[in-house]
Formats: sequence, C-alpha cells, structure tokens
Amino acid sequence: MSWQVHLPALLLAVPLLGAFLAPLTALGGKGLRNTWFVLVSAAFTMIAFLLWTRVGSTGTAIYVMGGQGWNLALPSGMSIPVRILMEVDAFSAFMVLLSAVAALAGALFSIGFMDRFSGLEKFVALYFLMVTGMFGMEITGDFFNFFVFLEISSVASFGLVAFWRDRGEALEAAFKYMLVSTLGALMVLVAVAFLYSKYNVVNMATLGKVIEWGMVEKTALVLFLTALAMKCGAVPMHMWMPDAYAEAPAGVTCALIAVSQASLYGLFRVTYTIFGAFMGSPVIPWVIIVLGVLSMFIGVSMAVIQKEVGRLIAYHSVSQVGYMLLGFGVGLLALSDARAMAEYGFTALKGGIYHIVNYTMYKGLLFLSAGALYYATGCRNLNDMGGLGRKMPKTMVLFMIAAAAIAGLPPFNGFVSKLYLYESTFAVHPILAVFAMVTSVLTLASFVKIFQTAFLGPALKKFENVREVPGTMLIGMSVLGVAILALSLFPTWSVNHLVEPAAKALVDQASYIGAVFAASLTGGGL
Amino acid sequence: MTGNFPYLVVGILFVMGFIGIVFEKNLVKIAIAVSVVEAATNLFIITLGYRSGGSIPVWTMAGSGSSRMVLPTPQALTLTAIVIGLATTALMLSFAMSIYRHYGSLDVRDVRRLRG
Repeated sequence: MSWQVHLPALLLAVPLLGAFLAPLTALGGKGLRNTWFVLVSAAFTMIAFLLWTRVGSTGTAIYVMGGQGWNLALPSGMSIPVRILMEVDAFSAFMVLLSAVAALAGALFSIGFMDRFSGLEKFVALYFLMVTGMFGMEITGDFFNFFVFLEISSVASFGLVAFWRDRGEALEAAFKYMLVSTLGALMVLVAVAFLYSKYNVVNMATLGKVIEWGMVEKTALVLFLTALAMKCGAVPMHMWMPDAYAEAPAGVTCALIAVSQASLYGLFRVTYTIFGAFMGSPVIPWVIIVLGVLSMFIGVSMAVIQKEVGRLIAYHSVSQVGYMLLGFGVGLLALSDARAMAEYGFTALKGGIYHIVNYTMYKGLLFLSAGALYYATGCRNLNDMGGLGRKMPKTMVLFMIAAAAIAGLPPFNGFVSKLYLYESTFAVHPILAVFAMVTSVLTLASFVKIFQTAFLGPALKKFENVREVPGTMLIGMSVLGVAILALSLFPTWSVNHLVEPAAKALVDQASYIGAVFAASLTGGGL
Repeated sequence: MTGNFPYLVVGILFVMGFIGIVFEKNLVKIAIAVSVVEAATNLFIITLGYRSGGSIPVWTMAGSGSSRMVLPTPQALTLTAIVIGLATTALMLSFAMSIYRHYGSLDVRDVRRLRG
C-alpha cells in the first residue's frame, strides 16, 4: 500500500494548510510569504498531477474520512456509505489537474501583479481557501459536502473579487456575484434536501443507484440545473460574470475561471452520474442545449461592443461556457440511445470536455495578459491604448497564442474542440452548428479588435515609459502559454490521454456507483 | 401532530425571501431577504428529519427509554448551513457598508457604475 492512496486527502489538506499558515509566513517578511505562495501552489499542482496519473492507471480512487480505514466505504452492517467520502474518477481527476494548473498560473502571476498592494497575507489565505473549495467540489462523493465546498470557494472568492475595495466598482461586482452565488448555493441545498427526503442519503453513488424518476427528483434536478447554470454563468443569469471577472485582480480571475468550471463539473455529475439514463425525456438535454446556444450567441454579441479589455474578455467567457453546455447537452441527449451515442453523442461529449481544458487555459492566459496590460499602462479602456507591441513584445506573443486558440484558428487547440462540436451538433440539428460557427467568427473579430488596438499602431507618447512586466508575471503567463502550445501540437495525445478517459468515466454511471460498493468488499480491514 | 404545516411555513418564507431579493431596492433589505431564504432552507431540512414523538438524537449511558429519535443527519447539516449562512450574511453586510462609503447610497438604482 503506497502513500499515494492518501492523495485525495492531501489535495485538500495542502491548500488548506497553505491558507491558514499564510498569515504566519507573512510575519517573516515579503520573501517568505511569496515563497510560501509558490511552494504550496507547486505542491498542490504536483499532487493533482500524481492523482491524475494514479486514477489513470488504477481506476477510480475512493477515500473515506472519519471511518476506521481510508478505504472502508461501507462500515460493517451498513448498506449505505455514511462517512465523508471522496471519489475521484477519471473525469474528476481531469478537472482537478486543469484547475490546479490554472491556479498555479494565477498564483505565479499574482506575485508580481499584486506586489504594489498591502494586505497580501489575506490575499494568499483567501486564494488558497478558494482553491481548496474548488478541489473539494471536484472530488467529493456526497452532495452535502459539495454544498459546503461550493460555499467555501464562493465565500473566499467574494473576498478576492472585492480585494481592491478602494474601488467602488469592485465592491459592486462582488455584491452582485455574492447575491447570485448565495442564492445558487441555497438552491443546491434545497435540492439536496429534496433528494434526502426521499432516499435518506446524500451520497452521490448511492443516489445514482437507487434513484427513480418522480416529482421529487424532477424538482431537485431543476433546482440543481438552475443553481449550477447560474454559478457557471449561462445566459439568463450571466450578468455577474463580466462584472466579477473584470473587477477581480487578474490572477484571481484566472483561478475564478477554474472555480466556475467546478460548478459546471457539478452540473454534469448530477445529470450524467445521478440521473443518467433514467432521464427518459429529452426536455432537460434540450434545455441545456438551448441555454448553451443562447449563452454562446448573446455572450459574443455583448463582447463585440465592449470597450474595456477585461469586460470584453469576460463576455467571451459567457459564450465559451455556452460551447461546453452545447456539447454536454448533445451528449446527454444521446445518452439513452446507444446508436446515437456512438454516432455523435460521444463526439459531442469529447468536444465539450476538450473545450473545458482549452477554455481554462486560453481564457486564463487572456485574463492574465489583460492584467499585464493594466499593470504596465494603468488603463483598462481599449480606446486609450495603442502601440504597446513595441514595448511589451513577450506579452504580445502570449496574447496572440491565446487569442488564436480561443478564435479556433486551425493549428491551435480551440480549433480541435470546436471541430468536434461542429461535427456532432450538426447531426442533431444543423442550426446548432451554424450558431457555433457564427459565434466563432465573432470571437475572432473581437480579438482582432483588441490585438489591433492595444498592440499595433504607432507608439503613443504617453506610453514612452512603459516596460515589459516583471519576470514572475511572465512565468505565470508562460505556464498557460506552454499548456496551450502542448495541447495544440499534440492533439491526438491529448484527446487519447486527457479527454477520452474523462468522457468515458462520465458516461459510465455503473463504474462510479460500483467503486463505492466494491470498496466495502476489498477494504474490510484497517 | 404538526402535519404539513411546517412545509407551508417553509414555502411562504422561501417565496417571501425570493420576492425580497428581486424587488427590494435597499442593499441591507436584500441581505435580510437572503437571510430569510436561508432560514427557510434550514427549517426545511430540520422538518425533513423530524419524526413525531421522537426524542433528541443523543445516546446516553442511562438510555433514553424510547427507541424513537429524530434523524441526526439533518441536524448536523443544518448546523453547518447555519454557520455558512452567518459568514455570508456578515460579509454581505460589510460589503453593503463599504458600498455606502463609495457611493453614498444603499439604493441599487444608484449603485450602477458597471453596465453594458
């Protein structure tokens, strides 16, 4: 038995320890605090990577807290798991890995970016708390803990969005975000209570095993769908997203993207693993598809008219989330039909999952480079910028990589995931593919606009003293830049090793459920 | 015997809180409305665990005499939810306070610099 069985617990313990020790390390001065910030971030990224490789080689990992043994999911004489259970299947491990990379990049970037400000020990503590909550949402095996981790990551991120509290706008954005998030979390709790009222369990695997299709389940599903779609910024409730993303410090936004992806993860855990094929009617899949198409289109059309760099990029987040919802919705539609699944459903799912990793990487990089522009010039408005390519060539190159990836230009990773989505959604209805393509074109248009306005053109006199941003910020950006290039250069590898296991795990409801109940047979002893 | 009366109260509280969030203009009143929704949620979970005539879910050495207890899990869940609720309410009120300092108003119609 190797120490690696404890990886799921370490994944939560390390950032939590990082959070509570951050104020202490700050007593030792700036250097010690920054070292701690980097060290803990590197540690949880390493743990996430090890967990991912472990789940890839030995299958779904189970971890029980508060029981007699780490692998004793079912205490003797019980037919349902009653402990705090963590369950990491390939899809969870995939989400954990990419969230960790985004959080690492955000942390590295923040060191240089936040250097001018005070109160950074609180910043570091909140950052790690947010990361803990995000990991918790992705690996937890029961719904109540999902709610708890959702609240941990949300409350920490409210504080981070409002970090620049000398700006009224930041507080306004944080309040909006808080209202939407709190209401969403309470709806999740009510949904959990509904399921509990009928089955007396909150464990995901057990629920997936015993669930039937009735009024209580429909209510719970609608509540889950509404709440988690709100949290990940799908269209009717998207207005918090541009505000919060644009007002938060750039390094935080990079991690916030991963947090919103964790909500998306929750949504798909509920729909695929709990309800799965029980959901006979196509209503819910179509609701998800329509939400996706609306998010794509409305998000991008709002983005085109923005003048602030941060808000423009943030509106693109709304439209990119739409792509993922579209892919997962189409996959869900085909879930109960084996032939449709083989024909287009699985491709759509792969496209959706691939888009999650691509989106997290390039969107994180876009926000970081917008942050770099703000750091160097002090302005947010595109109309005030110009000719910065001469002064900040490295930032420009990194921005170009991210912009080409999000617009889906052929050699880049965004193109591959979008191609999957076009192919598969075309099989359901051509109009879906048309919407996806139009969105892609508009995306390209708006990024050409940023690129042309901010980086090209004659050098402006007021930017004479602008310098390239400091090294740590460039390193943070390069982490994501390298990830994008790697995903672009090895598309076959990333589809086979990153995306497909995750997609298979998501549709394989039986193995997620079986892993918990098998753990009772193998894990009898201490 | 309480019947379905608690659920009725939960429903009314939830709708009242929701209406408050949507229609109130004052940030502090919105925070209060969020608390009302929170209270409704907590009451809902507690009610789910209630068994009429049940005793408190604590094993003592002396024995409670009755084998009928209310469910302990919802109570544990509610305790956690109350603590989380306290944290969010406190943070929300402090945001409202700081917003008042910057905008000189608590009216949502005045706190609108971010738009479009």
